Amino acid sequence: MKILVPVKRVVDYNIKPRVKADGSGVETAGVKMSMNPFDEIAVEEAVRLREKGAASEVVVVSIGVQQAQDTLRTAMAMGADRAILVLTDESPEPLAVAKVLKTLVEKEGPSLVVLGKQAIDDDMNATGQMLAGLLGWGQGTFASKVDVVDGRVNVSREIDGGTEQVSLALPAIITADLRLNEPRYASLPNIMKAKKKPLETIPAADLGVDMAPRLSIVSVAEPAERKAGIKLGSAAELVEKLRNEAKVI
Amino acid sequence: MTALVLLDHEGGQIRKAALSAVTAAARLGDVHVLVTGDAALAQAASRIAGVSKVLHAADARYAHELAEPLAALIVSLAGGYDHIVAAAGATGKNVLPRAAALLDVQPIPDVVSIVDAQTFVRPIYAGNALATVRSSDAKKVLTVRSASFDAAPAEGGSAPVEAVAVVDSPDLSRFEAVQLSDSARPDLESARVVVSGGRGMGSEEKFHALDPLADVLGAAVGASRAAVDSGFVPNELQVGQTGKIVAPELYMAFGISGAIQHLAGMKDSRVIVAVNKDPDAPIFQVADYGIVGDLFDVVPQLVEELKK
Repeated sequence: MKILVPVKRVVDYNIKPRVKADGSGVETAGVKMSMNPFDEIAVEEAVRLREKGAASEVVVVSIGVQQAQDTLRTAMAMGADRAILVLTDESPEPLAVAKVLKTLVEKEGPSLVVLGKQAIDDDMNATGQMLAGLLGWGQGTFASKVDVVDGRVNVSREIDGGTEQVSLALPAIITADLRLNEPRYASLPNIMKAKKKPLETIPAADLGVDMAPRLSIVSVAEPAERKAGIKLGSAAELVEKLRNEAKVI
Repeated sequence: MTALVLLDHEGGQIRKAALSAVTAAARLGDVHVLVTGDAALAQAASRIAGVSKVLHAADARYAHELAEPLAALIVSLAGGYDHIVAAAGATGKNVLPRAAALLDVQPIPDVVSIVDAQTFVRPIYAGNALATVRSSDAKKVLTVRSASFDAAPAEGGSAPVEAVAVVDSPDLSRFEAVQLSDSARPDLESARVVVSGGRGMGSEEKFHALDPLADVLGAAVGASRAAVDSGFVPNELQVGQTGKIVAPELYMAFGISGAIQHLAGMKDSRVIVAVNKDPDAPIFQVADYGIVGDLFDVVPQLVEELKK
């Protein structure tokens, strides 16, 4: 069984994003970039499934600029077997990403596609569900536990009031939530090994997919800043303020 | 123009967040709602103020709101609607993007403000930026944040209920079981007061130090991602970019440093209180009132004072 794991290169989660002065977007030039944290969890889960013998190969794919190679190398240092870079200078929306991934799924024939539930840049939380829809596959989103048993995959899902279990026919889509696993750090020998693993580059245009955006950005603005308030000396003082100044209790 | 709202439910109740989605949809036109489950849920839906028609999908295959059959059903109904809307919760985020893909539409998640029928404001980068986007799709598929729209009154309407036909879809997924946290406390997303703990709570056991305070305030209990990561509390209590977005009247943060991704989930609260040992914790930069100190001293003192 082959597993496909799409990964996205995003502004590192430790960096505070800055809105560009012209309001056209968020500054990414000269900013530290890393693999989307939820995608790391997805890679980890796929590699564990292979290590357990439930899968035979883990293929990672990224859609983006040349530097997304670094993200793919990181995924291979974590244990993925090979990588595909779909090269584009655009930042495709989830609909376009799902269409590109669909062509790769048709080419590669994986039984499982594991994605992060959400990218921390556009916060869309949509690509996995959209890919599942386009492929006509079942979807186990916001997964906190994944078991492949007898040609099906059982998924525990994080829902608003607790947890839910669903069972999906394979092939299927999984999107990884926070508690699914704790991704490993790549060791130095594995980082060296990853440099020799195969990485195929495909120009996005060669896939014949309509990637035109459907959403146009009117503006991007900083949210209203909250001001720091006052520090108080005691619980009694705090309760007094909440009662008489903020009038909130 | 008419909007279709997917009313999600949990534990036999329509989720309060879905009532906020009704309010948002009413800004776009006439409101029809789609609800699954038993007849009591359809009746509850018909009483929501501002709803002009209830579409009831009573068939058992829809009862658990599985994305695969429900998205197919939404697609079959989509023809008559300009907007398809749901609350930005686990169900809406699971089902609507799938339906959008089948409609060849790019969804617009987490809408916090409606500019016009095509134009919406949504946070990106954990709320560090607000993007105003205009959709060129013929239909708009959106999820809306309940913290940004008042809930429609649950009573006052008398919309007709219409049964909708089952749409054949392959048997891709099966519901197995659900575990809901049986909390007597108010729902995190609609509570007036939220008391949250972070890594500073120390352990699963010590996290319960917040219980007496939540009791006396009638508050919901929340947590930072660090507290969830550390295994102190289940994920459904998580407040932040990848958890729940809350905007209560009063948000009290204990032992929470104030990471960007946590602030994304609570910084629209009206009044924020922070208690932390570290005077330089970033949470103090957004707090209206702060106490630098040990939360295990401060919490019992607060309970004591509040009981006076």
